[in-house]
Amino acid sequence: MENNLKKVDIIFEIDEKQSPLAILEKTVKRPADEIILDLIDSGLKGRGGAGFPTGLKWKFTRNEDSEVKYVICNADEGEPGTFKDREIIDRVPEKIFAGMAICGFVIGAKEGYIYLRGEYNFLLKNLQKKLDEFNAGMKKTGIDFTIYIKSGSGAYVCGEESALFESMEGKRGEPRNKPPYPTVAGYNSKPTVINNVETLVYTTMICHMGPERFKALGTKDSRGSKVFSVSGDTPISGIYELELGMPLNEFVDGFGDGDTKAVQVGGASGHCVPRKKFNDTIIGFEGIPTGGSMMIFNSSRSMYNVLHDYLEFFTEESCGQCTPCRVGCQQLLKGIEAVKRGERPPAYLDDLKKLTATMKIAAKCGLGQSVGNPFNSIIDNFREEIIY
Amino acid sequence: MSTTEVLVKELVEKNGKTRNSLMPVLQGIVHNEHFLSEEALLCVARELDLSAADVYGTASFYTFLDTVPRGKNIVRVCKTITCHMKGKDEIIKALGNALKIKVGETTNDKKFTLLTANCLGWCHKGPVMLVNDDIYPDLTTQKALEIIEEYAKDVK
Repeated sequence: MENNLKKVDIIFEIDEKQSPLAILEKTVKRPADEIILDLIDSGLKGRGGAGFPTGLKWKFTRNEDSEVKYVICNADEGEPGTFKDREIIDRVPEKIFAGMAICGFVIGAKEGYIYLRGEYNFLLKNLQKKLDEFNAGMKKTGIDFTIYIKSGSGAYVCGEESALFESMEGKRGEPRNKPPYPTVAGYNSKPTVINNVETLVYTTMICHMGPERFKALGTKDSRGSKVFSVSGDTPISGIYELELGMPLNEFVDGFGDGDTKAVQVGGASGHCVPRKKFNDTIIGFEGIPTGGSMMIFNSSRSMYNVLHDYLEFFTEESCGQCTPCRVGCQQLLKGIEAVKRGERPPAYLDDLKKLTATMKIAAKCGLGQSVGNPFNSIIDNFREEIIY
Repeated sequence: MSTTEVLVKELVEKNGKTRNSLMPVLQGIVHNEHFLSEEALLCVARELDLSAADVYGTASFYTFLDTVPRGKNIVRVCKTITCHMKGKDEIIKALGNALKIKVGETTNDKKFTLLTANCLGWCHKGPVMLVNDDIYPDLTTQKALEIIEEYAKDVK
């Protein structure tokens, strides 16, 4: 890559001298409050997409008074364009386990669960083997924490944390009303920390290297680095750990094929950024945040087809529980089809935009609330492609 | 006792007689029998002391917990955007022609079911398909047909 992008190697770095288990052993000798302060100081925010400060999440759960608490690793990676968690689980699972166990120590939990999406069942055998070794290692060193694996069965919405708990409890994966938040009532209605795979690895690494090295990366609002899943019209698709807060034009210079028309930042539920806005778009919490998905489209792609694909996806994956999302997704899809066929006037697109505004305030969970992100950003920037 | 009853009892024994075991029990049945028959669902309801509607309600929510008969090998071709851009339509067409079925159908010999799936998490290596739990990225029509042939021979 000949460009200014700052590559980082924290997530996949293998330290021969200190195994994740050794990092864990060292960390649990420190006071829990200090670990929380380090995490808050590091500025680490959730890497699944929502970006909640990890240290605070742990602190809130630690402060809950409950005999039983849980740590859950959200490995239900399903956002179109995202595949970094699979790679992390495959290559550095021990770092995930260590992060979960550190969290268990901090909040006072004895059990951890990895919720692995069913599409990644082929990872199970190796993951279980590594996990058995790690559990045995923890037992030997007197760390009272055990990790188990639970499998999903092909439902995108189960990546939503409360839907994930429902699924683990043997129910339909329908998101719950919030509050209460998981820190108060999560799995089995007990206080629960649920973190993304990548977030947990960063917690291990921040405990290992101290918050300073992490904090030195990124920007004021987006500390640290992030693993990006790069796909679409690029000669070098794959996963890359990069510093947060980069301008999108630098990203496109590094990854595009020279003919990039648009980049979908944050997966199907994220935002579509057209070429003319590359220069003013920052990838990070101050600009457009992302769970890591960066899909690149060149000028040969029809943005109508892209939007149509997304809407089909959401229509199928909407859990159907709340009306704004269930009916909203269907109507958006039917709506753009009708405009394309000329059965509805172009101005109908503005009515559909109003529908996404309703979905944003009325849908129960992030799925329905965020459908407006791709819809509006594609309609606003590529209106003529939708109509003609 | 039928084989299904034996299987359900084994799975309940292994995972525990609680509601929280419902997913692993249903997943275990699908793993062995490729779908959830009415008999299996009723048996699970009895063993876990749940209403049959509750069990069916959960099962029918999940794409991978099929409640209609499926073939021994379930082929799921990813249809989401990047795989679409990289030619999933050709893969589906080639597989459909070779197996003489459409998406959603099962071959007469009950060996294959052809389905599509939403994002399988291999966007950098599309098109991609799952056959049962095994993943096959970087597909060409040629490669996809060869893979299916291997499964047809019962080698895998």
